[in-house]
Amino acid sequence: MSNLPIFDVAGSAMTAQSVRLSTVASNLANADSVAGTPDAVYRAKQPVFSAEPVAGDPSLAGVQVTQVTESTAAPLKRYEPGHPLADAQGYVYAPDVDPVAQMVDMISASRSYQANVEVFNTARDLAVATLGMGK
Amino acid sequence: MSDPISASADSFLGIHGTALVLREQRLQLIAANLANADTPGFKAQDLDFNTALRAATTSGATAVGADPIDAATASAQYARVPTQPSQDGNTVEGERENATFAQASLEYRASLSFIEAHVRSMLTAITGQ
Repeated sequence: MSNLPIFDVAGSAMTAQSVRLSTVASNLANADSVAGTPDAVYRAKQPVFSAEPVAGDPSLAGVQVTQVTESTAAPLKRYEPGHPLADAQGYVYAPDVDPVAQMVDMISASRSYQANVEVFNTARDLAVATLGMGK
Repeated sequence: MSDPISASADSFLGIHGTALVLREQRLQLIAANLANADTPGFKAQDLDFNTALRAATTSGATAVGADPIDAATASAQYARVPTQPSQDGNTVEGERENATFAQASLEYRASLSFIEAHVRSMLTAITGQ
């Protein structure tokens, strides 16, 4: 819709931030998902944002998630011979997810999301006021 | 962007019709800034309202056939200078954008109330009550 592009802009940002929140949730949920081989280990995901023109107006930029990258950090090797997934040497491999960094990312994403909800609500109030002009 | 306001409506609403459209343009720019608060390399944009209004209301300032609002917006748009540059090249400062957005929406409401007063008085004249 091109009549009220603010909604498109704020909406695209909310979508992008919710993708970011989802990746944080996924990373935190899998922080303790161990695997028997280094290759099978879960890798922390992170979205890449880029500015994208909305409503055919190059001066007006919404947000788009262009890709979701996977962490290249080496998995953590833990010696747990009793673990059912342990390899022949008794090691299991855990993803290198830093819960503190993920929490910080989550707070940042939720604050940005809130800011855009605020923009959305203000834009809606203004649009309603404009439509109700003369009543 | 927006259709040129017809001549009669233009003279009826005076400067406020143009002002309202420009204020909306500014809200859109700030909304885009807030949306891109986490986009690497994004440069925050703003609209110099005074310059834009002068450009839009000065007759003959724009080329024939060009939308005066679009031309005014393009001429008055500028990139924000960040007070604290960030590592990823993004120049959006959340608090500042929020404050500016609140101010811009208040200014929009002000323009809107001027127009509304015009419409009301015209309605009073038409209905006679």
